[in-house]
Amino acid sequence: MNSAQSHFGRPSSISSAARLTRGDLWKVCIAKPFKSLENSRLRLNTGLKMELVCPAGNLQSLKAAVDAGANSVYIGFRDETNARHFPGLNFNDRQIAEGMDYAHARGVRVFIAINTYPQPGNLKKWQNAVDTAANIGADALILADIGVMDYAAETWPNLNLHLSVQSSATSQDAIDFYAQQFGIKRAVLPRVLSVRQVAAIAQKSPVPIETFGFGSLCVMVEGRCYLSSYVTGQGPNMYGACSPAKFVRWSETSDSTETRLNDILIDRIADDEKAGYPTICKGRYCVNGDVGYAIEEPTSLNTLPILADLVEIGVAAIKIEGRQRSPAYVGRVTAVFREAIDKCLAEPGAYRPEQKWLATLASLSEGSQTTLGAYSRCWQ
Amino acid sequence: MDGVARTRLSLGPLQFHWPKEDMQRLYRDIADSPVDIVYLGETVCSKRREFRHQDWIDTAERLATEGKNVVLSTFSLVEAQSELGYIRRLCENGEFLIEANDMSAVQMLAGKVPFVGGPTLNILNQRTLQKLVDLGLQRWVVPVEMSRTMLAEIRADISAPIEYELLTWGRLPLAYSARCYTARAHNISKDECANCCIDYPDGLALQTRDDENFLVINGIQTMSARTSCLLSELHDDAGIVDILRISPQPGGTDLIIAHMDALRRGEIDSDTAAKYLEVYAPSGLCDGYWRGEAGMTNVR
Repeated sequence: MNSAQSHFGRPSSISSAARLTRGDLWKVCIAKPFKSLENSRLRLNTGLKMELVCPAGNLQSLKAAVDAGANSVYIGFRDETNARHFPGLNFNDRQIAEGMDYAHARGVRVFIAINTYPQPGNLKKWQNAVDTAANIGADALILADIGVMDYAAETWPNLNLHLSVQSSATSQDAIDFYAQQFGIKRAVLPRVLSVRQVAAIAQKSPVPIETFGFGSLCVMVEGRCYLSSYVTGQGPNMYGACSPAKFVRWSETSDSTETRLNDILIDRIADDEKAGYPTICKGRYCVNGDVGYAIEEPTSLNTLPILADLVEIGVAAIKIEGRQRSPAYVGRVTAVFREAIDKCLAEPGAYRPEQKWLATLASLSEGSQTTLGAYSRCWQ
Repeated sequence: MDGVARTRLSLGPLQFHWPKEDMQRLYRDIADSPVDIVYLGETVCSKRREFRHQDWIDTAERLATEGKNVVLSTFSLVEAQSELGYIRRLCENGEFLIEANDMSAVQMLAGKVPFVGGPTLNILNQRTLQKLVDLGLQRWVVPVEMSRTMLAEIRADISAPIEYELLTWGRLPLAYSARCYTARAHNISKDECANCCIDYPDGLALQTRDDENFLVINGIQTMSARTSCLLSELHDDAGIVDILRISPQPGGTDLIIAHMDALRRGEIDSDTAAKYLEVYAPSGLCDGYWRGEAGMTNVR
């Protein structure tokens, strides 16, 4: 057997998600409905909506997201105060002002992510970021660090604070902490919860819940993954980037390409295989004598198959990952989700993900594959 | 040397899934060891139930009678409502100090009883630490990414007399997931796991395709293959850390403790101890985080 082809046997949740109908997923993920469809119609009649929150790594992406139907756009400053601290990405002050004007003129809100962790000696930089965001009229700040939240709540008591996924808050009690201490108005849940678990939290949380809907998939609980810093010294928490590009090395051998991160071999890719970015959790390794994707395959999260369930259980907002992606990517994903959410809200009982949406999203996904991730217990 | 003499040793919570008799042996042996503080409780996966709640409480009471300072540790990753219920039960035990390993536990303890802030809370600066001190944190187990320089700066700014604890020997817990990677290696899902991680008392090795021991799979937790060894902290840097933590492992835990005890008494030096103990670190040692570098690197 060619060990490079071994995939740890079990069919990935990707294909199983594609085969399952919504009814199957309901059975798999949710044993009993939490609110009746009748209720969600009532909520619709009162004008309640599922908010679509889209990423923008630059002004073009922001405009693409706004034009394609985002309700909100989230952005970051051009430094390590946010979790997409990549070269050439993010906004300077002039671009933020222009982006803010563009979005606000079209009724779209702008959130600013200041969601990494300051260290002793540089807390001032994060505090300055909070001040700047408040002064330019951000509609909400997405924060992770308790110290930064403490500063923001004390200095700008009227500012909307959202709890970042980087805070690793996976229960209503954890969310209660931030609501009581800092008055957060929303919490973004880490991608480690099943639909049933999200439903339980959404029911009991003191603030509305935002969950991830599409994009690159962190398989570890966010804010608690040190794999990147273990290998490179730089990780999401303190530096704002996972597997930073400056540590990546590609080298050709006679029949394959090797990808390394700070000299650790992440994968060996045969000439006829598609090479992905060498993120540690998407590499191929040897476990118990088998070579394969021991942690996760290169794949993207896609919640279109369970969108009606997320509406049903009371998720207030769906977040699209991908501030590092192109304006075209952001525009296409936003357009698909806009159409899907609108159809789902109009008639939740009749909602089915359309083939053309799934095909578009698959073509934009890592490894051209998508998964329900932890939302589905089979994935876990 | 006063600082060294004051330094206490702790046994951290068992990270692996061991059969009940092995756990009983670990905590029986620890009673006679020079360890001052013992952390008890399952922190990785709620499906590991070789010790039931009453077993933990019985062990805690026995060790307390035998002179150990006992702390009960909570789950690092909370997902199910039943797990929250269990954490609440621990937090309301009324007798033992709690190590809060996620913000759910912090919320249950804050403003009510003093608590230990575990290594998976993201406390990386003074303002965050001060806020939690104000809410009752009395001891802080620093996160694995913390460097010595960072800790020194933080400590200098905190006037409250809290204690600082550092993982000084053991594999580094690096990540937690909804997915069980031990089950995945067996081509089954977490719901079907049948507690297969019990077959890997030192975790399941994950090697790169050029045969380097890179990581260790431990259920939903991913650890470093290398053992973090910061023994020099005992000798060279008295004063910055009050408590040195040893993470239990299948072989040599007693000898590791004995060497660290000899070290704090000044009977041996840290190089001698590290050389002797290297055999208990099957994939080698690392100390990079503490020096402000990539965690996997080692100065030796």
